Amino acid sequence: MASTALHDTAVLHHDDHGHDHGHHKETFLTKYIFSQDHKMIAKQFLITGIIMAVVAMILSILFRLQLAWPDKSFPLLETFLGPKWAEGGRIKPDFYLAIVTIHGTMMVFFVLTAGLSGTFSNLLIPLQLGARDMASPFLNMISYWLFLTSCVIMMCSFFVESGPASSGWTVYPPLSALPKAISGSGTGMTLWLISMVLFVASSLIGALNYISTILNMRTNGMDMWKMPLTIWAFFLTAIVGVLSFPVLVSAVVLLIFDRSFGTSFYLSDIVVAGQILPNQGGSPVLWQHLFWFLGHPEVYIVIMPALGITSEVIATNSRKPIFGYHAMVYSLIGITVLSFIVWGHHMFVTGMNPFLGGVFMITTLIIAVPSAVKTFNYLATIWRGNLRFTPAMLFAIGLVSFFISGGLTGLFLGNAALDINLHDTYFVVAHFHLVMGCAAIFGMLCGVYHWYPKMFGRMLDERLGYLHFWLTFIGAYLVFFPMHFMGIDGVPRRYYAFTEFAFMQEWLTVNVFVTWAAIISALAQVAFLWNFFYSIFYGKKATQNPWHSNTLEWTAPVEHIHGNWPGEIPSVYRWPYDYSKPGHHTDFIPQTTPFSETMSSNLHHDFEDNPEAVRIQEEWEKANPSQTRASEHV
Amino acid sequence: METENILTEDKQNLKAKKFLMWLFIISSFMMFAALTSGFIVYTEGNVERGIKVLLPKAFMYSTMLIILSSITVHLAQDSARKLQFDKQKLYILVTILLAAGFFYSQITAWKVLYESGAYFVNYNASQSFIYVFTGAHLLHILMGVFFLIYAFLGKLRNISQARNLFRMEVASIFWHFIDILWIYLYVFLLLNQ
Repeated sequence: MASTALHDTAVLHHDDHGHDHGHHKETFLTKYIFSQDHKMIAKQFLITGIIMAVVAMILSILFRLQLAWPDKSFPLLETFLGPKWAEGGRIKPDFYLAIVTIHGTMMVFFVLTAGLSGTFSNLLIPLQLGARDMASPFLNMISYWLFLTSCVIMMCSFFVESGPASSGWTVYPPLSALPKAISGSGTGMTLWLISMVLFVASSLIGALNYISTILNMRTNGMDMWKMPLTIWAFFLTAIVGVLSFPVLVSAVVLLIFDRSFGTSFYLSDIVVAGQILPNQGGSPVLWQHLFWFLGHPEVYIVIMPALGITSEVIATNSRKPIFGYHAMVYSLIGITVLSFIVWGHHMFVTGMNPFLGGVFMITTLIIAVPSAVKTFNYLATIWRGNLRFTPAMLFAIGLVSFFISGGLTGLFLGNAALDINLHDTYFVVAHFHLVMGCAAIFGMLCGVYHWYPKMFGRMLDERLGYLHFWLTFIGAYLVFFPMHFMGIDGVPRRYYAFTEFAFMQEWLTVNVFVTWAAIISALAQVAFLWNFFYSIFYGKKATQNPWHSNTLEWTAPVEHIHGNWPGEIPSVYRWPYDYSKPGHHTDFIPQTTPFSETMSSNLHHDFEDNPEAVRIQEEWEKANPSQTRASEHV
Repeated sequence: METENILTEDKQNLKAKKFLMWLFIISSFMMFAALTSGFIVYTEGNVERGIKVLLPKAFMYSTMLIILSSITVHLAQDSARKLQFDKQKLYILVTILLAAGFFYSQITAWKVLYESGAYFVNYNASQSFIYVFTGAHLLHILMGVFFLIYAFLGKLRNISQARNLFRMEVASIFWHFIDILWIYLYVFLLLNQ
């Protein structure tokens, strides 16, 4: 690892050079806007993600209003949205489809992919591994700017004549491929596609950077098995991204050709408004194969960083080593591999060969194994721990709760026979909102509460945090739990008019209940937003290591400096989960503490069969019998 | 010399940056894997689909040109290592010329395809796929040329040897990749002819 040391001194030299000649004076533009510092880019991703989340959440309240009170008019809506979308104060069907689509797209891609991975990979990879910055800070900046452009273009689609894309976040052709099919398939769909291509470029550049940094720029002593689980999760997430996002580009390119050049990759035998279209020979199922080859790994791109963050937070706040570190890593690897061979479970009812359906069913159900390993390990870590219920810890526990309750219904949906009944119903909506929506957003919020002091040098208000947690946690369950029963009864998702079908009418009261729960959970987010933005300026000043955590980022100074550590980068001697180690005087031992300073708590296991170290330890134990661990037990 | 190179390389994380190129190649390969699998899914099990035309001869010439360019790019890198910078610049230019030839040859192939009735806008999308494969590959060629020019300009402005080697190496890794990628696409098309 001599190379890391060289790198270290090199940067220092570089800095000195800069100060001598005054080249490095930061202006507002280079510090906040075109920043190449990973910590600033992380904050840019986070705040953009939060803004997108608020927009997507407001959209969800809008369509919840329509679902709960389909026949009631809200004149206020017409005031804000205009007669085109909300004539007479009622949301129009076209606009309903558009907001459902954009809600899904923004939440999945902008909030839970870029907002989550972008924020925490950027913040934590260099800080937890002991690197000055990313492999390529410049590409890192480009990654953010592509993301922002993609967000802006998606927002622009609200301001075009024909409205935003409306064919669902999966944009299945032929609906999405024919500009004349519905108004949302016009300019709005084109903007959606452009926005998505930019987004993929951004995610890819980000992912390449994360992988290269993790593999090449770890500090002295930080071998792969000493990395915190956060880093493992970001690493495997980035690998999934690199392998799956390019497939979406291919699919989108073919779709663009179908839309704008008249090819027939996805189109065949179509009649629009009594007119027969010339397109022949295409296959809409081809889109589904390509889309879900990305789409399914995408849900693991969403959940794995959240799982990584939770591992770290639960171990820290239970004051216990994470239970089954290796099992946690291997289960992440298992999820990574399996995520690529399960996409067919989204297509059970497309006329797929039943044998193939059986294969996809088996692979899908196998994913339950690594997922369950992770869940049990979380519970085992919490078990008899010295729990500290910080807001971050509550959100982490919330994630585990949602991951269990949402994961269980995955077993039903992954079953090809049951899926005949359950597909495209509210059961699916309930399932993925719990397991990937709520679980991932709780992971993200958990990360925000835990690393806020690292990002902004100040603390968030705890009481507002508790209020935020309880309202959101209870609200989310009240929103999504009833949907399971609607789904079992056969109520289809994405439908606009509940009053048109007799059997759905009895669910109207449930919808009213769900909408009120959604409004309350949405209001709870105001507590968070206030807390977040207020504390940036007026929060309590943070100490260097407020949670008494072991990982490297807490050895960096509170004041952000370019290059992260003022002197040499610290070296790492142990794994990151030495909490409450018997024989040690504090309940945490940072990774930077060498074993020579913790003789009273060392175990033979710590030395990885190094005979010299074992000999020294044994000699010390003989010389200090009163302090050895053995004597404590007597 | 060698140790000095390692030293400067590590100052700028060149090793990590070079690794970025390998990762980019993986993601780029995945894109083509998706397109060719798309072709298989689309074409399979339907007699009305399939390429159904003879592939133009121009593809043969393109293949030769690009293999030749892979050799010249290797020579350029070799000269850079041996500090023969005039040769390095010359070979880069030759590679760019060969790339232009490849580009021209591919366009000719499109023309031939078009004249034989295998249009891009086609009810048999298997034939449209030929254009998509070659078009996406040509975009990669443009990108490869960009990397070559970047290396060439670097040498013109006399950047340090470590950075020169880095740029040269990145360009040549990518260039060999698009060479192999073309051979993969061509063989794939031939097998499905």
